[in-house]
Amino acid sequence: MEPRYSFGGDDHIFVEVDEEMSLDAFFKSLSMTNSVRESRIKGVTEICPANASYQIRFDPDLISPSDMLAELKRLESAATKGDHTLATRIFEVPVYYNDPWTHETLMRFRERHQEPTGTDLEYAARINGYASVPDFIKAHSGAPWFVSMVGFVAGLPFLYQMVEREKQIEAPKYLRPRTDTPKLTVGHGGCFGCIYSVRGAGGYQLFGVTPMPIYDPNQQVSYLREFMILFKPGDIVKFKPVDRDGYDAAIELVNAGRFEPTMRSVAFSLDEFRASPAATNKKLLGALYGA
Amino acid sequence: MGLEILKPGLSTTVQDLGRPGYYHLGIPESGGMDKSSLAAANLLVGNPEGAAVLEAVFLGPEIRFDRDAVVAVSGAHLPPKVDGVEQPSWTSFAVKSGQTLSFGFLKSGARAYIAVAGGVDVPLVLGSRSTYPLGALGGFEGRALKAGDRVKIGTQSRDAKPGRSVPAKLRIEGSGTTELRVLPGLYWHRLTEEAGKTFFEDVWKVAPEADRIGYRFRGGRALSFAPRKQPFGAGSDPSNIVDSCYPYGSIQVPGGTEPIVLHHDAVSGGGYFMLGTVISADMDLIGQLQPHQPTRFVKVDMETALKARAERKAAAGRLKESLS
Repeated sequence: MEPRYSFGGDDHIFVEVDEEMSLDAFFKSLSMTNSVRESRIKGVTEICPANASYQIRFDPDLISPSDMLAELKRLESAATKGDHTLATRIFEVPVYYNDPWTHETLMRFRERHQEPTGTDLEYAARINGYASVPDFIKAHSGAPWFVSMVGFVAGLPFLYQMVEREKQIEAPKYLRPRTDTPKLTVGHGGCFGCIYSVRGAGGYQLFGVTPMPIYDPNQQVSYLREFMILFKPGDIVKFKPVDRDGYDAAIELVNAGRFEPTMRSVAFSLDEFRASPAATNKKLLGALYGA
Repeated sequence: MGLEILKPGLSTTVQDLGRPGYYHLGIPESGGMDKSSLAAANLLVGNPEGAAVLEAVFLGPEIRFDRDAVVAVSGAHLPPKVDGVEQPSWTSFAVKSGQTLSFGFLKSGARAYIAVAGGVDVPLVLGSRSTYPLGALGGFEGRALKAGDRVKIGTQSRDAKPGRSVPAKLRIEGSGTTELRVLPGLYWHRLTEEAGKTFFEDVWKVAPEADRIGYRFRGGRALSFAPRKQPFGAGSDPSNIVDSCYPYGSIQVPGGTEPIVLHHDAVSGGGYFMLGTVISADMDLIGQLQPHQPTRFVKVDMETALKARAERKAAAGRLKESLS
């Protein structure tokens, strides 16, 4: 895993930590961007961690591209000696799987899908080797997910499930992107899950919807008053299946301004996770649910 | 109050110099696509160069003023009219309370900047008044203007006066075949040697799908990819990568067919390879390209990119000096 540096025009540096996705690559990208933020390099205007890469934007009138590159390489050698721990947050995200709204959408765009006769859940369950949709939902909502990137559009989390590679859910994107996706749809493309923060175009498989707002540009939602976006890279998400009644009850709380996400502060250790994903996840869920 | 929008035009939004600092959360910088013209319009009416203005694309709005104002229009050649009487572009003019500002047909360019002395007064959101419609953020209620909207104008400076003009040689007006200078990089190595040549040889045309998020081009030969086993998480198409950030100005080519250059309302990341990035000095040019406009991409190195940036900065300085 040797990072590859490239200039993006005269005002960005793009760093591919690894060609392929892994928790190690994500962790390195996150720790590199944290070091850049802490080092307060003059002229840096954007620091963007991504799944297995990151990007820095800078003002070349304040720091030359070659000096900026040298700074990043210097920080990289320091970051690789890091201790691989992260003080972060874990959130429970309720999901109404196979809900009527995403179902309506996925049927409307069926001719753009690999499998015109079924649903996205049926397709994803089958190609990932699950006997039934409920088994697939159990896997999807069983182990937690890292927010490995926030972006595409405002506040959209990319999610990478915290399981061994052979257990990763993989699904291709739609053959042609949809022009519509309901807000707060829980989707999946490649090895990444996501929650669509706004209504709009998209190509991921559609699994369900969460009642929990994650982006509020008007900052009316109680827990989004301080900042309009809920997630940041490094957060951890645990999906919790809910039925129609559970969804409706949550929506009622959201509308009344009384919905509060279940969230706890946790410490995550990459080395611990490498040694035993199951034990690490058990500990994280224990922290979330106070066990 | 200030302005009453009688007709909104095709898509007229409030823009200033943008909202940097939140790209890592998917909020793009937004701001005028042609920032030099935006700054010029402001300076003409005595505003700070980064005051909020209206950006109109292809078709101008119709606006009734309910107070006396000084106005200037720069950028695309979209002739302004006051109560039907044509006014010069790149020149400040007076609009009296009760008069209507409208526009003739577009003669060149794509985006006109309408500055009003005092600036468009919408709330600052994350440090900027620019509109980001996809996120319903900033500007006027997070969206393009609609008929019936009433838009406030700030207090004009004592410096606001009609008849101030940008000298003809300092105006930025595009025509003919446009050249966009590109620094190859990012995932350039994904292309075959052949594709790396044809991309720069071919004349491309701006596609109808060209907006503030990105400009799409078509008409050049399809690009072929260097063979590789797709890495885990990247997706099966050879143009796919593990979802990464997208630099402003970066050129992605989904499926190898139609290049898309991302602009100030960019999607901040995704799973398509990028072959390089339009240099910062040429970003304004993109905002003035019309659909079907022939365009060539020109390969440059970093030294050329930085020199072009310095020249553009010097030109902006000369323009500012000519108006002070």
